[in-house]
Amino acid sequence: MSGRRSRSRQSSGTTRISEDQINDLVIKLQQLLPELRDSHRSDKVSAARVLQDTCNYIRNLHREVDDLSERLSELLANSDTAQAALLRSLLTQ
Amino acid sequence: MASLFSDNEQPPTNSNSSSTVLVRKKKSLSASSPSSSRGNAASLPTRDGDSHPRWRSEKQQRIYSAKLIQALKQVRLSSSSSATTSSPTAHKRGKAVREAADRALAVSARGRTLWSRAILANRIKLKFRKQKRPRQTVIPAVTTVVTTGASSRGRKRRVSVVRLNKKSLPTVNRKVRSLGRLVPGCKKESVPVILEEATDYIQALEMQVRAMNSLVELLSGYSTPGSDSAPPPI
Repeated sequence: MSGRRSRSRQSSGTTRISEDQINDLVIKLQQLLPELRDSHRSDKVSAARVLQDTCNYIRNLHREVDDLSERLSELLANSDTAQAALLRSLLTQ
Repeated sequence: MASLFSDNEQPPTNSNSSSTVLVRKKKSLSASSPSSSRGNAASLPTRDGDSHPRWRSEKQQRIYSAKLIQALKQVRLSSSSSATTSSPTAHKRGKAVREAADRALAVSARGRTLWSRAILANRIKLKFRKQKRPRQTVIPAVTTVVTTGASSRGRKRRVSVVRLNKKSLPTVNRKVRSLGRLVPGCKKESVPVILEEATDYIQALEMQVRAMNSLVELLSGYSTPGSDSAPPPI
């Protein structure tokens, strides 16, 4: 991690959040995103792009979880034997 | 494998401490178990520098699935006891399922992350106060010593960040703020905290989606009439 501090420092007193730290975190985040991970352009994607895609991805995941919970609730409500069947299937796995 | 889930047959009034005991037992048992149908995530420990292996491992998925099923059983009991089984409150039931899933997810995080603590604190708050957004002041009372790590990193309201690029700092700040609003419990945190919580949260959400997907597949294989006896081919 070469020291790539910017010129103007904002004095913060106790702790200063370094640019490298944030860059590292953004890179880690980028590798989690499915769309940005496969492009292998790790140095050319801006931080704003990564953050925007992260927000979209989290919203997508939330929506998926909501859909899945609705389906799950329907499935659990529709068949009373689902619970017993579920336990049975898990016990035999 | 039967003994793995015989632990689940305990009465559902287990506190979190006893569920961690279950987790410890499962750790010893899952070492020799074959890969189940639930975990299509092969354990990739060195995904990105070995930073977050735990949400990808088979064991973690199994732990979460068991917790989820426990929580869902409780949801089912409460909804059927209120005598509104086939009422048009499908969304309410869906929401209850979602909350149970989130709670199970937060418990699986074992209290190490901010968002999981925020989810659990939200639950406790909503039970005492009716539908009021919890203030951030009470959360330090709920959490334990772990928060000192977060505070030493700088819990500042103003982001006193050394500029990334000279012209994109406000953009980045704005986006980090909106990201912080999406992740539970991170509305007022500093930038690196939000980013780190987001990485963990995304992986946990992915695991949640995988587990719920396989659960739905399993259940929909059973709810079709006439196939109650035979398990679906996995």
